[in-house]
Amino acid sequence: MIRIAAETPWYDLFSRGARDWLRHNQKVREAVKGGLPELLAGADLMTGSTNKTVVVPVKFMEHARLRLADASVQQGAGQGRGEPGEILQPGREPGADARQGGTGDGEIRFVVELKVDEIVDWLWEELKLPELKPRRSATMDEPDFVREGWNRRGARSRLDRRRTLKESIKRKAVQQDAVAIIDDDLRFRQLVKRASPAMNAAVIFALDVSGSMDDAQRRLAKQFFFFALQGIRRQYAKVETVFLAHAAQAWEFEESQFFQASSSGGTVSSSVARLTLETMAKRYDQGRFNTYFFYASDGENAAEDRDEARAALGDIAAQVNYAGYVETGGVATFRPRETQLAEIFAELKTAGCPVGTSHLGCQDDVWSAIREFFSQEQQRGD
Amino acid sequence: METELERHANRIEALARSLGLDYYPVDFEVAPASLMTEIAVYGLPVRMPHWSFGVRYIHQLVRQSMGNSKIFEVMFPGDPARAFLMDANSVAENSLVVAHVLGHADFAKNNSLFARFHAMQGGNIVEQAAAHAHRIQLAIEANGMERVEGVLDAALALESHVDIAGELHRARYPEFVPEKAAARPSEFHQRFQTLPGESRPEALPIGPLRARVPPHPEYDLLWFIAHYAPELEQWERDIFLMVRAESLYFYPVFACQVMNEGWASYWHARLLREADFLPQSLYLSAMKAHSDVVRPFASDGQTALAVNPYHLGFTIWEDIVEKHGIDHAFRVRREEDDFGFVRNWLDRDLAEQSGLFVYETHPGDEIRVASRELDAVREAILAPKYNYGAPRVAVAEMGNDASLVLAHDAASDGRGLDPRRGKKVLEYVRRVWRRPVRLQTVNERAEPVELAA
Repeated sequence: MIRIAAETPWYDLFSRGARDWLRHNQKVREAVKGGLPELLAGADLMTGSTNKTVVVPVKFMEHARLRLADASVQQGAGQGRGEPGEILQPGREPGADARQGGTGDGEIRFVVELKVDEIVDWLWEELKLPELKPRRSATMDEPDFVREGWNRRGARSRLDRRRTLKESIKRKAVQQDAVAIIDDDLRFRQLVKRASPAMNAAVIFALDVSGSMDDAQRRLAKQFFFFALQGIRRQYAKVETVFLAHAAQAWEFEESQFFQASSSGGTVSSSVARLTLETMAKRYDQGRFNTYFFYASDGENAAEDRDEARAALGDIAAQVNYAGYVETGGVATFRPRETQLAEIFAELKTAGCPVGTSHLGCQDDVWSAIREFFSQEQQRGD
Repeated sequence: METELERHANRIEALARSLGLDYYPVDFEVAPASLMTEIAVYGLPVRMPHWSFGVRYIHQLVRQSMGNSKIFEVMFPGDPARAFLMDANSVAENSLVVAHVLGHADFAKNNSLFARFHAMQGGNIVEQAAAHAHRIQLAIEANGMERVEGVLDAALALESHVDIAGELHRARYPEFVPEKAAARPSEFHQRFQTLPGESRPEALPIGPLRARVPPHPEYDLLWFIAHYAPELEQWERDIFLMVRAESLYFYPVFACQVMNEGWASYWHARLLREADFLPQSLYLSAMKAHSDVVRPFASDGQTALAVNPYHLGFTIWEDIVEKHGIDHAFRVRREEDDFGFVRNWLDRDLAEQSGLFVYETHPGDEIRVASRELDAVREAILAPKYNYGAPRVAVAEMGNDASLVLAHDAASDGRGLDPRRGKKVLEYVRRVWRRPVRLQTVNERAEPVELAA
């Protein structure tokens, strides 16, 4: 006797497939977050607005199983017409679009869209980074007009319609046969001159582009610069950036060309330090700007330039909110224990200047460098 | 109140019994399409959670939305067997499905491979799997998602690496082996001992020796890790053994797919043909559903790079019944699995009639027909089924530091393992083994290489 049970009503209410799919997506997002520095450094994101989004194409995660390597010639069983030797599907021309070769699994893809702003927020929480503090000093105060109070007279453009209407309503409530609006109802916003703390920041990036800096080192420097800038952006209303590159000489660049610049000359660090000082003097008045200086180099400076570099970098350190030096280069490459630039910055630090140094050997160092920089800033602020 | 479907189902069942089908009772249940999809993805109505099922679920949904695959029925062998009918199917389709399921049920009770696993596991895998899922839920509450997921990553990655010839409940290796008997002295020695002045040194017994672990290459990786991982916690061992039990349950279904689907298709066709009580219109639409199911993937001069197991099995069974009679067919269904079935019963005429061939994919994705030789065709059909569809990997030894050494039998598989996936699997395994894990295989030039994690 066959009995056919009716549908159990709750089958529709819960989907295990959807639950495990969500878990998969969660894992994908975590994986994407792990690869963020590499991802973000790809585009010219530094000078753009922070509303930019990064679209990350992701593949499904694969739960790996042991499998044989692909044989050069794979066999299978099929069904239909065709004599041995007959071609069922012609091969691709060499050099043709290889993307069509995909089979099965990799075909469905989806994209994760991430806002740069949100990523940085997330990172700051994750890394438990403190917020920066603007320099508090009298000279930093910048006169500004702020709105304060109302008056019955004023320029037409500063008419406060809302308040004017309120006045009119109050008046009409006690008058009979009232006119809609009379001159007495008008209210104008007043401006008062007040000193307010400067919320402008200038960030000067200096990059050593001499022959000894290879692509990997520059990419690390770029990642560090990117996140340092994002951190500063979180604090200041207006951030201006300057990109300086140097070998034996120093030049100013646009961001788009900055990381491509290269020169075969020797390394003279004082050149970029002097250019920085000039730029600061010309464009960024100490009283109005919080200035940050970041310098990435492999540390190999010309020996005869030492004193000059020491003096110029010392001047910079005295003027800026913070000077950060990151030294790039793998641990594996032969290098003297302490490079000249590292020594100079260490001296400055001992002398009490607001400087920090860090080493970038691999991807993970970017985080420690960022953490180092921001937590030092925090200590100084306290 | 009996529904129309139940009325038909009962008469079909009476007919099936009278024709000699023999099966445990079958519990039918009507389910919505969404549940059918999930059962197809998870393999069982209630099963442990794992993110990899989510990926398969999406693939299945995409395939269904493209109209490439429709799930008619799912059936779980057991006592009672459980079958799910889709609520969106018509009465005609579901009458066909009932007949089809009865064919499966007969196969599952009588086929020797199914019967052996049934005897080992009992007939209530659906309930067992639900209990497993519940225990894993408890483990997640006690130990957190991350840790449980880590164990499942490893256990499910090794899902197919079980000893299908072995037992479900298997004892650990004996801890000690008896001392080796002394070699029989050669004739020369015997005579030498009898020479004057020679005395035989008295051999002192050494006592039993601690056995090597594993004493022989161990192919049941899930079992071995569950019992010999140096620092496995009880709940982790539990998960490994659960995955192993479910994997063993799936093996007969995997190893008899062509036979089993063919048998069920043969019987649904025959039962409906002989069911003169069915209304004519219902019979017609059921037969239309039948021809959709057993249709070869290639029709009208097309070619397909796959073989429809329903069609292949159906064709072979019809041939057996026609040439040797139904009693012989009953015997074949008891004794064979797909290997024997395809090798013994797929003959030249059938292969030609079905247009079976072997194709080769060359670098650059050029695909050509390679052969129509009967043996080559048989082996190409069976190739994905060897060793539960997985490469042959065994535990070779446990190091002094309790590290795990796995060895891939590249000679019998013909080539080495895919190194990227291999490394990933080792990483999963390392997290539960908690000591270094190594895997020996060969690279594309057949030189020995070792993956490690």
